[in-house]
Amino acid sequence: MNNSLRILYNGSAVPWAEIPLVDSGQFLQSILDATGHGWRVVSYFGIPARAEIPLVCVLADKVESRLAVVRTVADDNRFPSIASLCPQVQLFEREIAEQCGLLFDDHPWFKPVRFHHPFLAGRDAWNRPAGEPLRVGVMDYFQVAGDEVHEVAVGPVHAGIIEPGHFRFQCHGEEVFHLEISLGYQHRGIEADLLGGPHPRTLQHMETAAGDTTIGHGQAHCMIMESLAGVKVPPRAEVLRGIALELERLANHTGDLGAIAGDVGYLPTASFCGRIRGDFLNMTAVLCGSRFGRGLLTPGGTIFDLTSAQRDDLLKRLADARRDLTDAVDLIWSTPSVMGRLEGTGELSQELALELGLVGPAARACGIKRDVRHDHPFGIFRMTHLPVATAFHGDVCSRTMIRWQEAQKSMDFIEEQLRQLPGGGHRTKASPCRGQHLAVALTEGWRGEICHVAITDDSGRFARYKVVDPSFHNWQGLAMALREQQISDFPLCNKSFNLSYCGFDL
Amino acid sequence: MTDIIIHCAVALLFPPLLLGIIGKTKAAFAGRVGAPYLQPYYDLIKLFRKGSVFSETTTWVFRAGPVVTLSATLIAVLLIPLGRHAAPLSFSGDMILFAYLFGLSRFFTTIAALDTGSSFEGMGAAREVTFSCLVEPTLFFTLITLARMSKSLTLSTILIYPTPAIWLAAGASMLLLVGALFITLLAENCRIPFDDPNTHLELTMIHEVMVLDHSGPAFGIILYGAALKLFILGAVFVNVALPLATGNPLVDWAIFVVAMMALAVAIGVVESVMARLRLVRIPQLLVGATILSAFALLLVLR
Repeated sequence: MNNSLRILYNGSAVPWAEIPLVDSGQFLQSILDATGHGWRVVSYFGIPARAEIPLVCVLADKVESRLAVVRTVADDNRFPSIASLCPQVQLFEREIAEQCGLLFDDHPWFKPVRFHHPFLAGRDAWNRPAGEPLRVGVMDYFQVAGDEVHEVAVGPVHAGIIEPGHFRFQCHGEEVFHLEISLGYQHRGIEADLLGGPHPRTLQHMETAAGDTTIGHGQAHCMIMESLAGVKVPPRAEVLRGIALELERLANHTGDLGAIAGDVGYLPTASFCGRIRGDFLNMTAVLCGSRFGRGLLTPGGTIFDLTSAQRDDLLKRLADARRDLTDAVDLIWSTPSVMGRLEGTGELSQELALELGLVGPAARACGIKRDVRHDHPFGIFRMTHLPVATAFHGDVCSRTMIRWQEAQKSMDFIEEQLRQLPGGGHRTKASPCRGQHLAVALTEGWRGEICHVAITDDSGRFARYKVVDPSFHNWQGLAMALREQQISDFPLCNKSFNLSYCGFDL
Repeated sequence: MTDIIIHCAVALLFPPLLLGIIGKTKAAFAGRVGAPYLQPYYDLIKLFRKGSVFSETTTWVFRAGPVVTLSATLIAVLLIPLGRHAAPLSFSGDMILFAYLFGLSRFFTTIAALDTGSSFEGMGAAREVTFSCLVEPTLFFTLITLARMSKSLTLSTILIYPTPAIWLAAGASMLLLVGALFITLLAENCRIPFDDPNTHLELTMIHEVMVLDHSGPAFGIILYGAALKLFILGAVFVNVALPLATGNPLVDWAIFVVAMMALAVAIGVVESVMARLRLVRIPQLLVGATILSAFALLLVLR
């Protein structure tokens, strides 16, 4: 690798001045070189500015658990796009264009991402008028013409209780040629609000960035704050965080297993998993009083400790839930009609998944061994190792199987950690952030890799805080998985990915 | 006369209970308490008390759809014998009318769906018509087989014809007919494994998606018509599969009602223990049913 990269590790901070400033050509070449050597782009963003826009790219190498930062300055309002050479950056480039008003030349798919005005008024990549509210989803969609080709538009209002998103299918009879997904309906302006932070409510905003990934995003934010302040987290708190993270994974994976069964019309698993998901949520409530883990984490540790009575209670509940979940999920594997429905539906090849930079269970279902807990260990996962479950076919069945395997591993992990809970305190005092630093934190939420990057100004306030939810990487995977599939299989494929709308929209 | 009154009363009042029983059975398999048996009646009452919303793009066809569908189904219910009792209306060749009354109701359901111009409803209509093309031969083969056996073209005769003695004499073809009829029953009534009546996923639906735009009383008529259709095909199935007769009319009526409830439980069990088929697999199963009924006819002609 060349010397334009500054190497760092997950959950650490480096002084801003130590990151070499390179020209745009070298910047893009470093990204292309790194991705060519198997590195991944985990975050790529601009810092809003009137004239010269600084661009920062964070890359990850799983072989040596390294992260690398490279930065440049776009001194014009145009910048070369590398999306056609490195497809995993295409959405990042569109996001930078929308947030900072930077125009990417030769981007193959240059459309708005979330349909909001740029952070600093005046520079809009699509010359949209500044004063008027933007209409989400209004753009030119890709179209297919010809005999018997028809277009089906679904959403943003859906029949089920899900978040809003717009899906445009180009179909030939029942077969899908192309699916385009347009989001942005849930945009709340989290990143714009974080400029100049941390504010008193920043942690709460992070916990609700994607409502079902409270611990995942909360822990990433706490890691950022801890590394910027140079605070060490006591071992007991690390274990409690790990348990909460895995409980979150269990609750969501259980819910997904049930929802996948429900989508193919298989009632027993659907009903039982709905109930068992509640059991896991209630176990999280034992930790902190909130079923969704709100208010458990704080920079420097956890707010709540676990008494030995609570620990015994959790162990008992876990054993019960494990028995019930095993029974409910085994029904899936032993029912041929369910397996016939899951196998071969929504297949995604490993090459495509690698090219798009998929993360989480969706990537592991394609045979890609990619898990932050393993590749860039953080918190308790530095001390204990969770096996990474992978499957090979990349179909709905693989994504279902991965969830069940991960759920089993998580239950083993929680049980082991509860039995050997370290003593000591659960919280150290937080201190203010250091100025002029860049911190990177990766966590493995239940959907996959969550990346938070913070850059502080002279006084230790956020000059930029970038959040990347796993859904940001994976939505394109869903769109590609639908190609040449039956349109009637879309709900099932969608459920097997189960991506977040608000995590994407921020 | 008593039989005609009982026939009308059972045919008009009983069908929604079948849906209630199916729902309760599915709930039991899922470990839930489930909605009350009478819930479908409450739903109908609720819908009939509501107002209707009609899209501005629709024409009279959209409003006529539910009415024509229900009328056709109501006439069909007068043509079939229930249990061991002859139908109120019958004439030679009424089996053709019976089959095409369903055709008429389907035509108006699909054309009302197309009238909305919605892409979902168009997809649903296309699916419905495709699959019904495959179901129709099965129904005809079944009726022709029975007509051949009973040497009659009147539904009242051919559906009362099966008796335990016939079952002993021509067990193989009767068994094939029962298999074909059960598949027809599930497919025509949009039950799992063909369609999921409870799904909210508009892209996967077949029948439900065609009636998405109907509301209030019009939707109530559609739901009631669907229950009636389940009742009619269920009655055909019960007549062929359970030819029990005691000679006492009232006892026979009781046997019929209990048999219909048992059928509802059986449908509930099927829906609980298996998943929906992929849409591309449905024609294969339907063609399989046609082959079963065709074999039954071959055995009879032999």
